[in-house]
Amino acid sequence: MRVHTSYAVEAHGLFKKFGDNIAVDGVDLSIPRGGIYGVLGPNGAGKTTVIRMLATLLRPDGGEARVLGHDVAAESKTVREKIALTGQFASLDEDLTGIENLILLGRLLGFDKRAARSRGMDLLNAFGLADAADRQVKKYSGGMRRRLDIAGSLIVTPELMFLDEPTTGIDPRSRNQVWDIIRTLVAGGTTILLTTQYLEEADQLADRIAVIDHGQVIAEGTPGQLKSQVGAGALTVRVADPAQREEAAGVLERTLGGDVVREKDSAGLSVRLGEGTNASPALIAMEESGIAVETFSYGQPSLDEVFLALTGKPTETEQNDDDAASAAETAEATL
Amino acid sequence: MSQETETTAMGQERSDLPSSGVKPGASQPRAERGSPAGGTSTEAEKITKVLLPAEQRPTPSGPVSGSITFGWRAMLKIKHIPMQLFDVTIFPIMMTVMFTFIFGGAMGAVVSGTGQTGGPAVSEYVQFFIPGIFVQTLIMVTMYTGMTLNKDISKGIFDRFRSLPTWRPAQLVGALLGDQVRYTLAGTIILSVGFIVGFRPAGGLTGVLAGFALVLLFSFCLSWVWTMVSLLMPNEEAVMGVSMTIIFPLTFASNIFVPTETMPNWLSGVVDANPVSVLVSAVRELMDGTFDPGSVLLVGVYCAVLVAVFAPISMFLYNRKS
Repeated sequence: MRVHTSYAVEAHGLFKKFGDNIAVDGVDLSIPRGGIYGVLGPNGAGKTTVIRMLATLLRPDGGEARVLGHDVAAESKTVREKIALTGQFASLDEDLTGIENLILLGRLLGFDKRAARSRGMDLLNAFGLADAADRQVKKYSGGMRRRLDIAGSLIVTPELMFLDEPTTGIDPRSRNQVWDIIRTLVAGGTTILLTTQYLEEADQLADRIAVIDHGQVIAEGTPGQLKSQVGAGALTVRVADPAQREEAAGVLERTLGGDVVREKDSAGLSVRLGEGTNASPALIAMEESGIAVETFSYGQPSLDEVFLALTGKPTETEQNDDDAASAAETAEATL
Repeated sequence: MSQETETTAMGQERSDLPSSGVKPGASQPRAERGSPAGGTSTEAEKITKVLLPAEQRPTPSGPVSGSITFGWRAMLKIKHIPMQLFDVTIFPIMMTVMFTFIFGGAMGAVVSGTGQTGGPAVSEYVQFFIPGIFVQTLIMVTMYTGMTLNKDISKGIFDRFRSLPTWRPAQLVGALLGDQVRYTLAGTIILSVGFIVGFRPAGGLTGVLAGFALVLLFSFCLSWVWTMVSLLMPNEEAVMGVSMTIIFPLTFASNIFVPTETMPNWLSGVVDANPVSVLVSAVRELMDGTFDPGSVLLVGVYCAVLVAVFAPISMFLYNRKS
């Protein structure tokens, strides 16, 4: 039976508890077919639990969810025929080689051994992994693993693909490759539901975003709508000569308004920008005042800032991940 | 801290700033986002081309082919990590040789009924003991099934397996089928050592193979107990602890080492009912060339009960595992 629905996912009051810990606390989602839907939130917000319930790996304790028109609890087998899951930690067998992983999945999906091998080789070729076909996955780099993982989800084309933090822990170049792959899949008609800890990733990829915190959706909308709720990004400047920092701070204050924050190092300054504020005059003014600027950057609000704006309190996650991401960003831009 | 697009020097990458100035929060047009690096467009084409049209999608594997595929995975594991066979090779040799020469001299006196100890008694004991240690070692080896599974299913790939439209028990059945290879290997080693120390079964090759097959069947069925244990316990060590607690009384309170007639009455009744004793008796008979349908049938009943009870519990736990 074919069920026609314009929604890839419809969830109402989804609830899940592990012992005393409420992981998902009444999540409603309406995800249209086609395009990319981003679920954004810090570690432990409940993103993975939501995905696992939608992918029929975990039974909801309350509420209901329909995936491509089918109930995840009552019609789980039908749901599984239409979805593919790429888990947060590579959903691959590390001891097996790349091609063996794909043959394994191919055979389970109904190909005979020969067809599974040729399908696997086709995928490895398309994902630039043909050279690593006979290498054990444990010897793959993070980026290669991710690509193989995604290839494993494409042995048959899913109608809905779950990607749980597809770029966490991989280098910027691999991340861009993964982004390109994701965009290609969407162009091919697959709906993608991805979770991420990075606002930038959600902004780059998603058509709509749900922000999750403490198991609840605290905001939902297009990236533009969310960002306008959050307001602005920040301009960060490093002066070449620390002695000129105060002078530079004065220029920034005068041209941009707002509070200028002195960074921990002796040369850094940052200022939050209001919606629609033009940052260029500040840079020009500094040049005119003879202040040598070593670097400047204009950044989007970080996930932390989004949370601060939406909830009035910072995320409770450890900052390591975010810092690592920013470091990766910086490294990439410097290349 | 903001996620930044940092510039290395003043002026560089200034083209990033539109002449109209920086508009915070303004979303860039989609086409300009994350501009693919050179060559990616062909990569995108390749990926688009490799996507399988919906009508070419095969029917997912059924229970049999699914289980065989998971069994194949277990074989690949052995190929890639041969060290995992260490336990099934060294352990049986140790057990057989140790028990034969340490206990054989004394036990043989009892088993033969002549009261004579020493060399000839060892040879008497070997005939009695090898089918028993054969069963014990295989039962011990089945324990590793649970430990391996416990570690295996906590890995990411099991999430993927569980999200596939296949017959779910295949994931466990296949693992158990794959373990048959380990059991066979362990069994072959014990029997070889047995022959070396003087085991001469009257039932010949047919009898030995029949006994072997029966033990493999029993091992498969017993493995469901360890499957359940592995799904209940948080880690490998806990699985091992629980398994040992079950295995020790099960194998020692049996007729593996000594005939039950030597035990006090109250105990021999219990020991005779022990499924391991039932199995060992049947294997002894088969290897001795005396086929008794009754004892083989009884083993079959125990097997059926083990599977009927523990397979559904295991599947229930597996389906609800988070």
